[in-house]
Amino acid sequence: MVFENLKHRPVRTLLGIIVISIQVTMVLALVGLSEGTLSDQANRARGVGADIVVRPPSSSVISLSGSMPAKIADRVAREPHVKYAVGVLQHGSDLFNYETGLDLQKFNQLSGGFRFLEGGGFQHPDDVIVDSFYATQHKLHVGDTVSLLNKPWHVSGIYEPGMLTRVVVPLDTLQDLTADSGKITTVYVKLDDPARTDEMVAELRGVLKDYRINSMEEFTSLYSVSNVPMLKEFTWVVIGVGVLVGFLVVCLSMYTAVLERTREIGVLKALGASPGYILNILLRETVVLAIAGSILGILLSYVTRFVIHNVVPSSLIQAIVPEWWPIAAAIAVVGALLGALGPGLKAARQDAIEALAYD
Amino acid sequence: MTDGQPMISIRALRKTYHVGEVDVHALRGVDLDVQSGEFVAIVGPSGSGKSTLFHILGGLTPPTSGTVHIAGRDLLGMSDAQRTELRKNSVGFVFQKYNLLPTLSARDNIEIARDIAHKNGPLDPQFVEVLKLLGIAGRLDHKPRALSGGEQQRVAIARAIVNHPAILLADEPTGNLDTENSNAVLALLRDLNERLGQTILMITHNPEAASYGHRIVRMRDGHIE
Repeated sequence: MVFENLKHRPVRTLLGIIVISIQVTMVLALVGLSEGTLSDQANRARGVGADIVVRPPSSSVISLSGSMPAKIADRVAREPHVKYAVGVLQHGSDLFNYETGLDLQKFNQLSGGFRFLEGGGFQHPDDVIVDSFYATQHKLHVGDTVSLLNKPWHVSGIYEPGMLTRVVVPLDTLQDLTADSGKITTVYVKLDDPARTDEMVAELRGVLKDYRINSMEEFTSLYSVSNVPMLKEFTWVVIGVGVLVGFLVVCLSMYTAVLERTREIGVLKALGASPGYILNILLRETVVLAIAGSILGILLSYVTRFVIHNVVPSSLIQAIVPEWWPIAAAIAVVGALLGALGPGLKAARQDAIEALAYD
Repeated sequence: MTDGQPMISIRALRKTYHVGEVDVHALRGVDLDVQSGEFVAIVGPSGSGKSTLFHILGGLTPPTSGTVHIAGRDLLGMSDAQRTELRKNSVGFVFQKYNLLPTLSARDNIEIARDIAHKNGPLDPQFVEVLKLLGIAGRLDHKPRALSGGEQQRVAIARAIVNHPAILLADEPTGNLDTENSNAVLALLRDLNERLGQTILMITHNPEAASYGHRIVRMRDGHIE
């Protein structure tokens, strides 16, 4: 009966499923964006090839706030077992879009170098190199001019993504432009023996008191939703909005369904159906709607990933998050059930004689 | 119910509806006995109390005062849940507008009555015979919209008796049918009464339809004449 009722009103059923699916997609896309972008950041940090990361005392967990003297890199380099210590300056308005200033020669020694798809490293102070995602999103090629930090830059190279950042400029130029002369935000450290990482982290913590010093493994593990300020709260707000939307849509849909089916409800009561039996039918219909909406929502999250990847590949990365599928579905089911409860109880309490007389 | 007792026994039955600040006395002291296996036609003008009597007998609304016994069970003082049980197990309804569930096939319309009464498993052979008698055995997989009025009413009759109710209440069962289908439905009701001993109460405005019953009860102004 549940499926027959839903099939009998295909347009309303389809609209209900679509709205619920949007709610599910919204949750999956947001969580996927958070996890995908953070995971991409962590992968790019790993791509540097460093063993240890040194950040200023005032820096928060993964933000770019705070800077330290560039000579800290030299101080670190003097420690035993340190093969390379390269300071970089990262500057940006937010976590996901920032420019990195570095000394290309030193950085190449540590990382093995950028793999260029077009052009090569910078030759002039106003040269910039970008990764292919950034180039695609901004339609850039070698020789083009791009505006960054309120000044034009000449694109000298486009490299394979997966290394540190999407936009790289000469360290000195960035320091001058951002009034950070002689300052850096991060020191990447490569050891002669990676097995000594823990030992050297302890050693450096002793030398550079209050600085934030982590192994690359620890550092990348910090790229989690719980470490991004307000992201968790924002996710909960979106989930709350999702539940509310599901609640309202299903409430309205079921209210009209109950009204349309007043006579049928009267017939069921005349046949001896208890209020619980009638409520059960409506709630089961709602669960079917919510599950169908959830499945469609999961499929749509692949569509949003495709769109994001093709429209803003350098800004946002959306991961597919199967571990959130049951959570998003549960949110949809709960919102829908809450929405169906009011109309369902109205139907269950309907006076049979009035219902049978309804036209 | 013990032997010799009527299937339906009604004494001094009153029903008063409160409509706003006005009391409407729909039944003003009805006395009626219906024996098991009897086919009774109830006639009377609109507002005479026929439908209210049906609603009380069907457990759709409680009486205000008096006594009503169906198969030995007293309806006065029954809770909503007890009246729901009564509808489930002891009463079958046939309506003027058929009232089949439009989303379900004829078969599922019958099955849902069994489902509500928690009766599962195959149909009993006696009921299969009834389906043949009703002439709808070949139409069970059709939705109501694909059935004629006469076929829909025959499905409704099958649904009403599938759980072997003590009484079958038919409210203007031929009111929406042409003469040919009316005669067929009335003949079927009489057949069911004769073959199965099904107790039937039928409301009708049509004297010809009333003549199918063993007895005609006339109502006026909330009384039985």
